[in-house]
Amino acid sequence: MSILENFYIISLIKVAIVAFILLTTLAYLQWIERKVIAHVQLRVGPYRVGPHGLLQPLADVVKLITKEGLMPSHVNKLFYLLAPFVAVTLALISIAVIPFGPEISIGPVRTWMQLTDLRIGVLFVLAVSSIGVYGVALGGWASNNKYSLLGGLRSSAQMISYELPLGLAVAAPLLLANTLSFREMVNYQSGYWLGFIPRWNVIPEILGFIVFMIAGFAETNRVPFDLPEAENELVAGFHTEYSSMTFAAFFMAEYANMVTVTAVATLLFLGGWQPLFPEPYSDVIPILVFLLGGLVSLYHGMNPARRKDKFTLPAAGLVFLGIAAIFALSVVAPPLQDTLKPILLALFWFCGKILVLLFIFIWVRATLPRFRYDQLMRFAWTGLFPLSMVNLLVTSLVVALTSK
Amino acid sequence: MTALIFIIFAGIAVFCGINLVVQTHPIASALSLIGVMGSLAVLYLQLGGEFIAAAQVIVYAGAIMVLFVFVIMLLNAGAEATTFQVSRFVKYFGVLLLAAFLGLISFIIQGALPKTEGVVFGAYTGTALDVGRKLFTSYLLPFEVTSILILIAIVGAIVLARKEI
Amino acid sequence: MPANPLNSPVPLNWYLILSAILFALGVAGFIFRRNIITVFMSIELMLNAVNLSFIAFSYQFRQVDGHIYSFFVMVVAAAEAAVGLAIILTVFKNRATLMIDEVNSMKY
Repeated sequence: MSILENFYIISLIKVAIVAFILLTTLAYLQWIERKVIAHVQLRVGPYRVGPHGLLQPLADVVKLITKEGLMPSHVNKLFYLLAPFVAVTLALISIAVIPFGPEISIGPVRTWMQLTDLRIGVLFVLAVSSIGVYGVALGGWASNNKYSLLGGLRSSAQMISYELPLGLAVAAPLLLANTLSFREMVNYQSGYWLGFIPRWNVIPEILGFIVFMIAGFAETNRVPFDLPEAENELVAGFHTEYSSMTFAAFFMAEYANMVTVTAVATLLFLGGWQPLFPEPYSDVIPILVFLLGGLVSLYHGMNPARRKDKFTLPAAGLVFLGIAAIFALSVVAPPLQDTLKPILLALFWFCGKILVLLFIFIWVRATLPRFRYDQLMRFAWTGLFPLSMVNLLVTSLVVALTSK
Repeated sequence: MTALIFIIFAGIAVFCGINLVVQTHPIASALSLIGVMGSLAVLYLQLGGEFIAAAQVIVYAGAIMVLFVFVIMLLNAGAEATTFQVSRFVKYFGVLLLAAFLGLISFIIQGALPKTEGVVFGAYTGTALDVGRKLFTSYLLPFEVTSILILIAIVGAIVLARKEI
Repeated sequence: MPANPLNSPVPLNWYLILSAILFALGVAGFIFRRNIITVFMSIELMLNAVNLSFIAFSYQFRQVDGHIYSFFVMVVAAAEAAVGLAIILTVFKNRATLMIDEVNSMKY
């Protein structure tokens, strides 16, 4: 056994890859959010820093690092520093049990595209999100400021109230698949009804999916449930007194929570990395998608609206065409087919579904006004909770009657 | 690895337990209790109780302690004032002597106890399947009674804590 | 490497000793502290110590019943925490203090 096949070395390499990709994704998620909200509001968004503002996250990171880190004098120093640390650590830990794809083999190494497959993976994600409440509550309390305290308390009350419909909505696909581990959940959703409808859990559990998404909005403190951190309601709520790196930590924790919620929704309801059509026909979809993107960019690059786009749009078009070529090579060319094709296709479907759900998150943020706090709590306890219970009851009734 | 993990997390549990009793501010005590619960969850994992470890973190550390932290923050509980003074000699040296005495006693007692087997991680796992099966067949009556107990607790807490008009 | 002492199996007695230490710390907190919330948290510490004993014995007999008892202890502790904290809130509303020494007469 060479050094590369050692379990610890493989895990270290996987951790390094996943950590790097996750942190870059969090930074560029902010770019995507600003661009999408801007285009919904008929403006452009960040445009000047790089081509189409692509270096804006880098500029933001530089700004946040070099900003003066104020620690107000009347705060409790230990908890003031502990709160963003706890929030960020817990938000990033959930990625350890998320599977990105099936078992792959690169050279002599056979491994799963997942950091670790716990038998209780779903409970692990729920546990981490339960403890994530403390980051917010301690941040609000440690700031020694009544607006922050109110914001922190309201936010933590909201998060634990919406954990209940979240847990019940999660329990329904668990009943169908009879397992708590994510890998087996995705394997349960393989196959097709009538030959072409995928066996994703969203089709029998559409109500559960909607309840999960709404509870996910509330768990991550996103609009329309973002009253505790709203800027014009509570003076930025529980992160009023935080500046530079600690503020960046809370922000990063919020985006990481968003990614976790959408990843779990994809795995439990949308079939994880399973493709939409049966296997031989769905290989062309990534190629077609990137080809379309490349051709549209090149077409708009021919007579652009702004002078700078004469260079950037054709460059983007060429990048898309290059990615389409890589996908085509991995599908067609036999030496690459065994190693590269499962990785690329699984990544495409999984990340594609996550990006669609994240786009829905950002779209809702640009569109809906926010709930008042008592409307929010009333909606949780008298609206979502009975709905998720009914969903669970019907699912368990059907499972009990149709199983031997 | 087994003994190392046990020593580390048992040490964290005892340290947080002592911290709970010694700290004057209730928030520090609450966070120490969360530390105890977290390290106990790791010890449950080592003993094969994976479902109970997850339930400990979700229910105990993630919901009950949040309730405690809420009440402490709402009531704005301040640090307790100590009313009796002990000399520093008694505080530090006395605690050391007490710990040494208790260690000696427990060592002597442990020598006289029967030898139990060693705990190996993975020798037994109480999966969610086993727990669920036993819970809904042999322990169905306690399960239903506990759910009624929770209902009573909810109604009682709401009645006690609402504003009297 | 079985010769490594850090890798050896841990005797089950150690878990029981840890449970006893935590229980004793809980009793000490319950007796010596005056803040009612800290007293309540010492009770939770005692319940946690007992849970550890249950799980340890469940490992020894290779049965899952200990896990179920532990689960019920957790649920009852949740119900007790809810009602107990509601009582604390009511006492605070009426007596304006959290120290148990000062709540020493029926008539305020």
